[in-house]
Amino acid sequence: MNAIAHSPHAHAPVTINKVMGTVMLALTPATLFGFWLYGWPAINIWAISLLAALLGEAFVLRLQQRAIRPVLLDGSGILTAWLLALSLPPWAPWWIAVLGSLFAVILAKQLYGGLGQNPFNPAMAARVMLLISFPMEMTTWVAPAPPGSVHAPGWLDGLAVTFAAFQVDGMASASLLGHVKTEFTRGIELQQALSGFYAPLDALWGNRAGSLGETAALFLLAGGLFLIAKRIITWHAPVAMLLGVLIPALIFSAVNPAHYAGPLYHLLSGGLMLGAFFIITDPVTSPNTASGQFIFGLGCGLLTWIIRTWGGYPEGVAFAVLLMNAATPVIDHYVKPRIYGRNRKGVSLSIEPVKKES
Amino acid sequence: MKLFTLRGGVHPEGRKALSADMPIRSVPLPARLFVPLQQHIGAPATPVVSVGDHVLKGQLIASAQGAVSSAIHAPTSGRVVALGDYIAPHASGLPVPTITLDSDGENRWVATQTLDDPFELSMEEIAARVGAAGIVGLGGATFPAALKLNLSRNSGVKTLIINGGECEPYLTCDDRLMRERAVQIVEGIRLIAYAVAAKEVLVGIEDNKPEAIKAMQEAVRGSEVRVVVMPSMYPMGSEKQIIQVLTGNEIPAGGRPADIGMLVHNVATAYAVQQAIRYGRPLLSRIVTVSGGAISKPCNLEVLVGTPVQELIEFAGGYALPVARLVLGGPMMGQQISHARVPVVKGTSGVLALTAAETGQTLPSPCIRCSTCVRACPVGLLPLEMAAHIRATDLSAAVALGLKDCIACGSCSYVCPAHIPLVHYFNFAKGELMEQERGKLKLAATKKLADERLERIQRIERERQEAAAKRKAAREARERNKAAAVDELSCLVRSLPLSDPLPLTGEEAIEALRGSQVNELAAKQAATQTITEAA
Repeated sequence: MNAIAHSPHAHAPVTINKVMGTVMLALTPATLFGFWLYGWPAINIWAISLLAALLGEAFVLRLQQRAIRPVLLDGSGILTAWLLALSLPPWAPWWIAVLGSLFAVILAKQLYGGLGQNPFNPAMAARVMLLISFPMEMTTWVAPAPPGSVHAPGWLDGLAVTFAAFQVDGMASASLLGHVKTEFTRGIELQQALSGFYAPLDALWGNRAGSLGETAALFLLAGGLFLIAKRIITWHAPVAMLLGVLIPALIFSAVNPAHYAGPLYHLLSGGLMLGAFFIITDPVTSPNTASGQFIFGLGCGLLTWIIRTWGGYPEGVAFAVLLMNAATPVIDHYVKPRIYGRNRKGVSLSIEPVKKES
Repeated sequence: MKLFTLRGGVHPEGRKALSADMPIRSVPLPARLFVPLQQHIGAPATPVVSVGDHVLKGQLIASAQGAVSSAIHAPTSGRVVALGDYIAPHASGLPVPTITLDSDGENRWVATQTLDDPFELSMEEIAARVGAAGIVGLGGATFPAALKLNLSRNSGVKTLIINGGECEPYLTCDDRLMRERAVQIVEGIRLIAYAVAAKEVLVGIEDNKPEAIKAMQEAVRGSEVRVVVMPSMYPMGSEKQIIQVLTGNEIPAGGRPADIGMLVHNVATAYAVQQAIRYGRPLLSRIVTVSGGAISKPCNLEVLVGTPVQELIEFAGGYALPVARLVLGGPMMGQQISHARVPVVKGTSGVLALTAAETGQTLPSPCIRCSTCVRACPVGLLPLEMAAHIRATDLSAAVALGLKDCIACGSCSYVCPAHIPLVHYFNFAKGELMEQERGKLKLAATKKLADERLERIQRIERERQEAAAKRKAAREARERNKAAAVDELSCLVRSLPLSDPLPLTGEEAIEALRGSQVNELAAKQAATQTITEAA
């Protein structure tokens, strides 16, 4: 018989690995769709990201003289790299993935003390670092080239794209958000900029230029709903983030449709779906309570819309997430559940004397 | 009836089917029983028998001691063979004062009195008899029942809640009791309601016990008692939570149910009250569920207090699988014991032999702040934050987050994907705080003694100084008198017919007088006389 253990003497059949595994499962449809859409280079980028994260984490753990296996097997490093890969341009060069992954697991996670200790979402921190440091590589998009299409690269071409910066003619394209921003700078109005470039149905399916795994809004939504059903995440943060984008988009597009894009355009563009269901639901860097998560999500959404609308960058999800990550401790400080038998201020509920007669 | 929602809570696998259909059976009379003197919250009882005494079943063997305590009676007839320490039915396995009783096999009762109409008794008399019968809360808290009755009678009871929740997995003892002895339970409930003049009586039963609900509904027909079906959820059977679900009220922090006109008793306690009031039988036995994946034939047993756990396990066919953990009580809040020699006590609701698969124990991993524990907490605490502060030995921060409101239900630990033993942290911190509190009290007592000592020393010194000053004053007075006398003497001496008195100082005059065998007093008298005469 083992040493005396404390109650409870039963446990729900859940572990960290199972949580991480379920999230990866939920990401799989969108990822596979991204592979199909952008071909071999996308697969390469995804695999390189994961590999670099594992090696980088193992290296740091070795330096810290900590056990490597249990940490690598908890799945958190792989998930971080996976999320980062989904947010990269699918035909990005290999070193973008390596740098990003190493930055995410080493600087943004392990340096803070490893799993559960990092204040910022590692994948988003890495994405922002890459975006600021290598704006060219991070905003070079390609048009979808599913297998069978004229431009679909073969396996060897794919390797060339990833490792030798091989250019395929006629493939360069702009993301929707980037395109609109560029047109704005040229003084072209929104409707004109969108015509011929924006088809909501394509956006829904993800059949357009964009990050590896961010374009398939429907698959991401399905994955998110799956996680909610599995009780891995709750609806609060995702719904709040979508509302945070939706509400200002609705108001401003109604006031001035020539300049402000409508809600559907915002919802189906950029990293919003991935962010809402997979990034801001990262438990480590988001608040503890349901109301806190709602506030956090709302903040992420609003900041995303503000950056997209008035900021210098076409896309704002990553910046918004990092800014709200920084606000998480403050939210947690002020938003706490009411304790049984106490009011919101923590003072004991008053005792109402019970009359014996009456 | 409208139910109120309970925040948090978990749905652990019930596993009640293992023993739910096994009728209550009695265990054969054990040869030797170990009856601890403390089976309740409060002060241990004081033995009123000696080694070698023969006692009858139901005879008082240890009386309640102090305000919060409970009496203990002989579970069967036999001889007291030892008054001493025996291992406690507690995780520590530490020895506790215990009366060891060898059964004579006759199971002979003391004279008991059966009442035809127990409702003829006064309210106070019922509470007194419940106290004399050694009845404690059988739901697990083991708080002396009579105290609760007295407290509530004085403060008034709006709602009497009878707890038939039995939300702990595996346990079916209350379920079986309600199925088989509903009539007696309801009489017990009505006696309690009468004893506190309750205005409303609710029996809360979880919906996973349909047969118990049916039996109880039959039994309450025509009485003021109402059976309320509650959703199955842990910790529905916790006092605070059952009040919240049935009435929507919350006990103010740091308060008691009596503060808001509530009184909660367990169904098994109600049964014990009925037995004590109608038949005069003190609490000698209880229903115990023997279950768990490692037990061959899980069952529900009526067990005499003091019966070694080993005999229950043997009666249940022993072990079918290797035991990873032996637990007294339910899996959520029960205590692991290190071996089966410990006795069953009044608060033992279950004996569980769990396999490794059932305990689901793995090594803890880092907290990912998933806040599943926050969602599971029925009290509204932040278990992850509290544990982090306790790990950093910052207990006051944990207290500020509500550590003292934690009911230790184990919901947070149960759901934690990182398998962090959160309740362990909390109980450690509570123990640590109690230790600090004790330390503070001790320090205060020491300070008081030290202050008193200092004060005493100062007083003695002061008295000494005063005495010295008094002595000094007396001496000075004497000196002054002496000086005065000397002056007089000088005059006297000067008046003496000496050849040359002038060079004489006072001292020389005294010497001169002493030399002439005249003592000071006589000289003074003489001087006085001389002066008087001269006048």
